[in-house]
Amino acid sequence: MHDIVNSFINLDTITILYLFGVGFVGGLVSGFIGSGGAFVLTPGMMSLGVPGLMAVASNMCHKFPKALVGAMKRFKYGQVDVKLGVILGISAEAGVLYGAQIQENIKKSFGDAGSNLYVSAAFVVILAVVGGFVLRDAWKTYKSGNAHEEEKTGKLAKWVQSINIPGTMVYFKSLNAKVSILFTIPLGFATGMLAATIAVGGFIGVPSMIYVLGAPSLMASATELVIAFVMGLGGSFKYALHGLVDIRLAMIILAGSLFGIQLGAIGTTYVKPFMIKVVMGVIMVIVLFSRALMVPVYLSQLGLIGKMSDMTVKVLKNTSFAIMIAALLIGAFIVLKSFVEGRREEKLRLASEALEHGKI
Amino acid sequence: MATSSTKKKPVAKMLVMGIISIALYAALLTHQDEVNEMFGKGTWYAFLPILAAFLFSFVHGSFTGDFWTVVGIEAAKKKKEVK
Repeated sequence: MHDIVNSFINLDTITILYLFGVGFVGGLVSGFIGSGGAFVLTPGMMSLGVPGLMAVASNMCHKFPKALVGAMKRFKYGQVDVKLGVILGISAEAGVLYGAQIQENIKKSFGDAGSNLYVSAAFVVILAVVGGFVLRDAWKTYKSGNAHEEEKTGKLAKWVQSINIPGTMVYFKSLNAKVSILFTIPLGFATGMLAATIAVGGFIGVPSMIYVLGAPSLMASATELVIAFVMGLGGSFKYALHGLVDIRLAMIILAGSLFGIQLGAIGTTYVKPFMIKVVMGVIMVIVLFSRALMVPVYLSQLGLIGKMSDMTVKVLKNTSFAIMIAALLIGAFIVLKSFVEGRREEKLRLASEALEHGKI
Repeated sequence: MATSSTKKKPVAKMLVMGIISIALYAALLTHQDEVNEMFGKGTWYAFLPILAAFLFSFVHGSFTGDFWTVVGIEAAKKKKEVK
């Protein structure tokens, strides 16, 4: 355990402010779409010299208390389906363990470069398919002019809700329907596997709740916070058993992210539901490019393509990280912009209501 | 508009929680070596980071929630129908 204790980094003011700032932006996005931020935080900590596993562990240890605060806030707004969150969260926990095992095996067989290539390939494929779908759906809603209307349950979700498997049916308030847990278990499992692979399970969790189960976007993103809490609590404890959590890093990030998550949660009460899909889709697609840039680096390290110069590797790494930060900042910008616009509309509405009331 | 101005803002609660939060962070940052050593031991000591996370989230979460209320940023008055 000595080498672990020796790997705690020194914290100076700049580092503390950096972690607080990234925590705030990550929290803002998480409060809004239910996840996000982790994909920047883990590499961000590693760039400060924190060992990879410790960065993952510390990130997780800030994630579960943040998700708890966010879930409680959004529960007040009637957006959380606790039962769905806990059921998906438990199966996600199993997915995390399985995903971590796969990672371990890949690392043993193909080394760090193989493991990194697997993570990046998972990022690119999943984000391209799911992110592209989410963004296309949001665009279609925007173009159709139905952004103000209540979301309709999709065909797949209608089919899932129509299947009756006796003994496995559970009523979920977010769906206003009974769904077999034989459908929710694989979804939770996939969410957990993704969380163990790319640190952001919500990129599967939220779209699957919306498109496969039929939950409204607002409820799906709020319920994702419950899943993140369940998953993060179990994961943090597992890492803490090996002394891998740097509580200082986790709590400093938490300090910023609790400001952010409260603001993001408040923001959801002002915006049109399809904005959840916009923010999520935009972030997913931008992150996809960031990870795609790293694929040639890992291919080269594995000897599958020609060797790259150190300079090229450095440029690709830095560009990839910069794009990731940009993804988070653009997401945060859209959240804040739609929040400010929503508040302005609300003020105008209240003012006109007050005026009408005065006339009567 | 009238409702928001007549509603009492939780200034005192925010200040109390803010002071406790600052005290917690000050304690953490001034005792880094002891904390790292104890929290990094693993096994039964694994409960320490978990308990610390709950404690910080309760205190700092309450503070940040009240902070946004005090500065006037609150949820939309008309509750969204999300059914």
